Amino acid sequence: MFADQVYILARRSVVRTLRQPANVISPLVFPLMLLAVNSGGLRSEVNLPGFPAKSALAFLLAVPFIQGALFATMNAGTDLARDIQTGFLNRLALTPMRRLALLAGQLGGVAALGLLQALVYLTVGLAAGSGFAAGVGGVAVLFAFSFLVTLGFGALGIMLALRTGSGEAVQGFFPLFFVFLFISSMAMPRNLIGITWFRYVATANPVSYLLECVRSLITTGWDGEALALGFGVAGTVAVVGVTLASRALGQRVARA
Amino acid sequence: MRVLTVASGVAWRTLHNVFTNPLLLFPSLIFPLFFFTAFAGGLSQIQKAPGFDFHGGYTAFQFVFVLLQSAAFGGVFTGFGIARDFESGFGRRLLLAAPHRTGIVLGYAFAALVRWLVTAVLLTVVALVFQMRVGGNGIDLLGLYGLGLLLNAAAVLWACGVAMRLRTMQAGPIMQMPVFLVLFFAPVYVPLSLLRGWIHGVAVVNPLTFVVESGRGFIEGSPTQVAAAYAVGLGLVVGFLLWAMRGLRKAESAG
Repeated sequence: MFADQVYILARRSVVRTLRQPANVISPLVFPLMLLAVNSGGLRSEVNLPGFPAKSALAFLLAVPFIQGALFATMNAGTDLARDIQTGFLNRLALTPMRRLALLAGQLGGVAALGLLQALVYLTVGLAAGSGFAAGVGGVAVLFAFSFLVTLGFGALGIMLALRTGSGEAVQGFFPLFFVFLFISSMAMPRNLIGITWFRYVATANPVSYLLECVRSLITTGWDGEALALGFGVAGTVAVVGVTLASRALGQRVARA
Repeated sequence: MRVLTVASGVAWRTLHNVFTNPLLLFPSLIFPLFFFTAFAGGLSQIQKAPGFDFHGGYTAFQFVFVLLQSAAFGGVFTGFGIARDFESGFGRRLLLAAPHRTGIVLGYAFAALVRWLVTAVLLTVVALVFQMRVGGNGIDLLGLYGLGLLLNAAAVLWACGVAMRLRTMQAGPIMQMPVFLVLFFAPVYVPLSLLRGWIHGVAVVNPLTFVVESGRGFIEGSPTQVAAAYAVGLGLVVGFLLWAMRGLRKAESAG
């Protein structure tokens, strides 16, 4: 019964996203376009002493995975906010649907799309010649990591939607998430960042460790420290996100 | 005279909407600062790459790109407002009320300019706080901001033409994406001479490369390709003015 509820809501979440081309195309195309431009423009950085990758493409391929998760956050939050605004959530609260099933269904849909995004990014990266140092086993780890990251960010998006009840407010948080991406080791390894304060901020920024986890699989192979830090951060974001979303859902349903 | 009256009314309303709504104001102020911080802060080591021949420091190198980008996006963001006006029905009422409709386009363009000037001042202050080196004199800097002004006018006229043809907020990506691409297909992170492969080929034929390289010459104090950059800027303004005016006619005929 519980599984049925989760399945129905996850399916609804996926179908609804697929029916809005902008919600599918933007998270797929925009990060890939940035990847193309940045990997072309930043080709010179591989000549820096100590640069950890043979090509800018391989180094920068990690970015779309995290950027795609940010887009998923916004999509998940905006869709749920629309459910709140249209009264769908209130009607759902009158049914025997379990709260946990609602959360799991929404998150399942977001995570499924996250996996689709990861597949597209990886395929494009490999086709463009990035290589993948960790091999087939690494691909499985990458998908597990993408799932976890999308789940965590998706839960944060759902929490924002439940707290604010407004799609516009959820969208308003997008720049905030973007700051975390920009002020990270997105375009340069932390040890090569020349500006001291920027290096400190990038080191304190959890998004750096998410990027470095993906990057290690693509450029280095099996790097236990990068993987542990990446999965640790992603797991923490997921636990905190799901906990906060669950509490927010309880409050939202109680108000309804 | 009637044109100016309409233009000032449209400009005042647009600026009032922008400066009293944080959701409209902050993205156009904050995004250039993000880009500037991320590029100038995170990528400064690139100036140590062999062949990097810009002598004004990487902060100044990136400042020019972000300044020009903010000019273009100031125009595009104003275009979003035009689309919103038409989607909400205000645009149609404006067309009915305006005695000289060319003033509508001019008003939006003036609002975009004021909007960008605020962003430019903020960006310049932040860049100077971060110890940007300015090699150029007053005339050089005037040349740099002049290029920004032309880019701002070209972008708002482009966005205005799109908004008046489609008259829906869903036209946002059509306004934004080409501008974004043309800007990023210019030499963003390194000088043109350091670009390799397909991006070099695209940058060489991209007219905005002249504008970006010339802007960097101004701030370095060694102006380069000035005539070509201004010719490109003026050409874009004239071309997109025609595009916007035809858009206005299409909006009029759509009723």
